[in-house]
Amino acid sequence: MFAGFKRRVLAVLSGALFLWGSQTAFASSSGDGALYASTAGIDTLWVLLAAFMVFIMQAGFGMLEAGLIRTKSTCNILMNNFLDFCMATMGFFIFGYAIMFGTGNGFMGFNGFLLINATHTGTIPLEAAWLFHAVFCGAAATIVAGGIAERMKFKCYLIYSFLISATIYPVVGHWIWGGGWLSKLGFGDFAGSTVVHAVGGTAALVGTMILGPRIGKFNKDGSANAIEGHSMALASLGALILWFAWFGFNPGSTLSVGDGSLMAKVAMNTNIAAAAGALVAMFFAWNKFGKPDLSMTMNGALAGLVAITAPCSYILPYESAIIGAVAGIIVVLGTVFLDKLLIDDPVGAVPVHMMNGIWGTLSVGIFGHQALGLSRDGLLHGGGFTQLGVQALGVGAVVVFVAAGMTLIFKLIDRSMGLRVSREDELKGLDISEHGMEAYAGFQIFTTK
Amino acid sequence: MKLIIAMIQPHKLPDVKKALFEAEVHKMTVTNALGCGQQKGFTETYRGVIHEVNLLKKVRLEIAVNENFVKPTIDAIIKGARTGKIGDGKIMVLDLSECIRIRTGETGREAIG
Repeated sequence: MFAGFKRRVLAVLSGALFLWGSQTAFASSSGDGALYASTAGIDTLWVLLAAFMVFIMQAGFGMLEAGLIRTKSTCNILMNNFLDFCMATMGFFIFGYAIMFGTGNGFMGFNGFLLINATHTGTIPLEAAWLFHAVFCGAAATIVAGGIAERMKFKCYLIYSFLISATIYPVVGHWIWGGGWLSKLGFGDFAGSTVVHAVGGTAALVGTMILGPRIGKFNKDGSANAIEGHSMALASLGALILWFAWFGFNPGSTLSVGDGSLMAKVAMNTNIAAAAGALVAMFFAWNKFGKPDLSMTMNGALAGLVAITAPCSYILPYESAIIGAVAGIIVVLGTVFLDKLLIDDPVGAVPVHMMNGIWGTLSVGIFGHQALGLSRDGLLHGGGFTQLGVQALGVGAVVVFVAAGMTLIFKLIDRSMGLRVSREDELKGLDISEHGMEAYAGFQIFTTK
Repeated sequence: MKLIIAMIQPHKLPDVKKALFEAEVHKMTVTNALGCGQQKGFTETYRGVIHEVNLLKKVRLEIAVNENFVKPTIDAIIKGARTGKIGDGKIMVLDLSECIRIRTGETGREAIG
């Protein structure tokens, strides 16, 4: 029986070997060497592969956010996560790409709406570039879901996610990656600490401040209550999916393969910063709160990843370890700081994405090397404060622009349809009140908070 | 000795606990329960199929008390759980014939403590 199976496997294998052998023979006999793909083809393959990996970030954010909130709003946050990607796709398709990469002025582009007559400069085709930037746009939009979790009306979230993808995100993208005013100043943001993370994190901060804290988060004396996430298993799966997807996010931002050295360096720096962020956040929180905390450790890794996103190509490996380590400190202190300000950010979107998006952007001006492709040397390499000044100006302008734009958007939605669900609905949980279904039907779950 | 059983809204548990602590009632057992009274259930939809969910999530409190604590306990539960809307719950008071503390073998008033 087993011998027969083995014989069959051998037969199949030798058949496959024969076919492969005959094909290579055919290729080499065709005359022009074994050229299977053009440089543009290989670049496109890499960018598409990276885009597919960045798409998986939606799953990462979904699991992370679902795990860090309560059972009674799990369907809601997964709906938010699912639908903001659909809305980001449509928003970025109809308006976003044109505003981000169309020809226009230093503020925004004006041509290529609905991708009609849209263009892309570079080796890869427009379609690959569009997809790559669309999944980035989705990542920026979904960061907000964590900040506004458990209390925003679903229909409001739908409107918000379309508007950020169609207007706010592409305008910032145009400034930095689309030939706008910041790119002309030599602002360095390799893969989007500012474009994606500071934008998403700032929008999350504005959203959570306008909504106010969840019922029961803060006591009358201003002290904070822990509202524990319901599944650390889901949350850590989400964090690891995000870490994996970051290998598409940063190395894919090379947008070409070249000799492979740049994408390899970026991948390595990305990994080092994530590990440093996780380690430092863990030890720092351990020292501060007495126990090594899984949630804080995961947010430390994500903080390191967010921070390294801007400088990943402009620095040396030991510098990425430093940048990640500082990110680990920032995320712990930032979480405590927000609680002090009575701002309820259920999953830590603001400390991870906004604070470390800013830190990562500034770190380009501190650690960056001109020899590695930055406009000027950073502060620590004899370049003085010029590059750091440009970085600070850029991220400052982006934070102000996003804060103003998102305040306008959320206030308008709030005026017209009310942003927050009623007290009864919030206590019941958004799964039942907004979607009429439960995430864990058949399980007995405490909803006493 | 009385056994006080109360059915309350799950999200009122923190308020009830606080009120009980203020009335110096520190001993209680809390269980998740499903049930409904006058209050109707809610409608759930699953892939387009609508079904009524009649049993709602409730929390069941059990507190054994000596006579002089019956009124303070009931008052505290009402203070914590009452919203004035349908579904606030019910309190039932039962006679308790015996109570034994397993660790010491104490019975009656001492066991309730």
